[in-house]
Amino acid sequence: MTTTAIPTETKRVTATAPKRRPKREREGAAWVFLSPWVLGAIVLTLLPMAVSLYLSFTDYDLFNPPKWVGLRNYVQMFTEDPRYWRSVVTTVTYVVIAVPLQLALALVVALALKGMKRGKAFYRSAFYAPSLLGASMSIALVWRAVFNDGGTVDNLLGTGGWVNKPGWSLLAVALLTVWQFGAPMVIFLAGLQQIPAELYEAAAVDGAGKWRQFVSVTVPMLSPVLFFNLVLQTIQAFQVFTPAFAVSAGKGGPADSTLVYTMYLYDRGFVASHMGYASAMAWVLLLVIGVVTAVLFRTSRSWVFYASEGDR
Amino acid sequence: MTSTAVSHKPVRWGRVAVHLGCLAALLVMLYPLAWLLATSLKPADEVIASLDLLPSHLEWSNYSTAMEGVNDVSIWRLLGNSLLIAGGAVLGNVISCSLAAYAFARLRFRLRGPLFAFMIATIMLPHHAVLIPQYIIFNQLGLVNTYWPLILPKFLATEAFFVFLIVQFMRGLPRELEEAARIDGCGPFRSFFQVVLPLTRPALITTAIFTFIWTWNDFFTQLIYLFDPDKFTLTLALRSFVDASSTSAFGPMFAMSVIALLPIVLFFLAFQRFLVEGMASSGVKG
Repeated sequence: MTTTAIPTETKRVTATAPKRRPKREREGAAWVFLSPWVLGAIVLTLLPMAVSLYLSFTDYDLFNPPKWVGLRNYVQMFTEDPRYWRSVVTTVTYVVIAVPLQLALALVVALALKGMKRGKAFYRSAFYAPSLLGASMSIALVWRAVFNDGGTVDNLLGTGGWVNKPGWSLLAVALLTVWQFGAPMVIFLAGLQQIPAELYEAAAVDGAGKWRQFVSVTVPMLSPVLFFNLVLQTIQAFQVFTPAFAVSAGKGGPADSTLVYTMYLYDRGFVASHMGYASAMAWVLLLVIGVVTAVLFRTSRSWVFYASEGDR
Repeated sequence: MTSTAVSHKPVRWGRVAVHLGCLAALLVMLYPLAWLLATSLKPADEVIASLDLLPSHLEWSNYSTAMEGVNDVSIWRLLGNSLLIAGGAVLGNVISCSLAAYAFARLRFRLRGPLFAFMIATIMLPHHAVLIPQYIIFNQLGLVNTYWPLILPKFLATEAFFVFLIVQFMRGLPRELEEAARIDGCGPFRSFFQVVLPLTRPALITTAIFTFIWTWNDFFTQLIYLFDPDKFTLTLALRSFVDASSTSAFGPMFAMSVIALLPIVLFFLAFQRFLVEGMASSGVKG
């Protein structure tokens, strides 16, 4: 570590500057590296958030200057717009159906694959594939056809086309999300592999059966991963758009039964040119996601177990 | 070590059942994909009328119709547009996110803690909260209906998720390497380009693959920013079928769907190891 030991062939390493470059210069370098991100954070994140908050108190149609209307948009949203509430109920219903089903399936499959010696890599990749393909318009169109009148599901179950039934159409959309259980499954699987085998051995020695081991070892050890998946999938589910758009042919029907929140936001902002109203909707979404995340974090204290506290 | 030992292995029925269950689940899961492939090759009169998954004969003309494109725009144009946007996004994300990640992971600067916390928070930020003002900004700049709004933000590290992913990876690299480089007279720039960046390749590849696939599949952003049919991506062209898809256009529509999925499938087959592992270590949703 002693710089004096370095031969003074290189002029730059002089005896008077033994340690390192001056601190300020290194700090300057950090800001150079950071500059694209800082620019993006200001111009494309912070500024837009402020502007969107401002616009939410205005009438704005993109062409005429925004007109200040105070809380008008919010009042209208909450008290005079049944379609808004429809979209809220639809979205919450979708989240409540899709997320738990998806996570449960992901966990069951991860548990099945966990101890597998042969075929694990194959299954893991095969189950993961829909997670990548499923976000596409191509698959959403397949979904619409398969769940339509005369489609496969109709032929198998004789239910008629779910896509055209107000009570069922949202289920078709939710099932597309459930079908993409591969992403949380891979995370569960990675989490399961982190659990030390000794814990199971110790539990077995103490006479714990398979179920008891699951409840007392697997669940607590996996709870941080479960929590991570829950937060991530919930946040993303609130923002569902493409499947609902495709399944309902871009209309959110039948009878607004697939009019999810973001679709109504798109409709108000970009179809009807009510940018102020859409901004108010965006801010409510932001707040709701913030509150839901905060609530999840709060409840997590009672059920998420961290092996080494503060190691999050 | 005797070769006869093999025959004495008991059949583990539990394991067999797990495999059977997995295979059954896989069949159900792969059905939509099989359906897509079959329908893209079905003659028009069999699409709805016939219950068989397999077509009576292969109707390749669906593909030639699909190749003609939509709204008088050839499929090559659509493919080119999709590739341009996805390629630009990959380049942007890899460059800007690795720069920011290096600063967060390895350099000291004032406000580092709060800025890092802010960066993490933006991962959870719903896109819609910034969508409308971003649209207004690009509209004011006259850039709506160009590819800039789809590519430019990626050069400004707006996808914090990837910054986080690369930070996590860089933190795992041994510090001694950079210290050695520093003693050899490397400044932060040279040690970034010549020491850290080459070692970060797995994280950069993961970033590139996911950016490509997400951008390729993206629908919402393309929907609001692109109007002209000749600027459309494959995804938007497929959307033209959403509003008015009569059964007669079913075959070509799904032929085009297959073509649109092809790059993702190829990417998946080529990089599935990276993908699934990159996913597991970082927790990406596909």
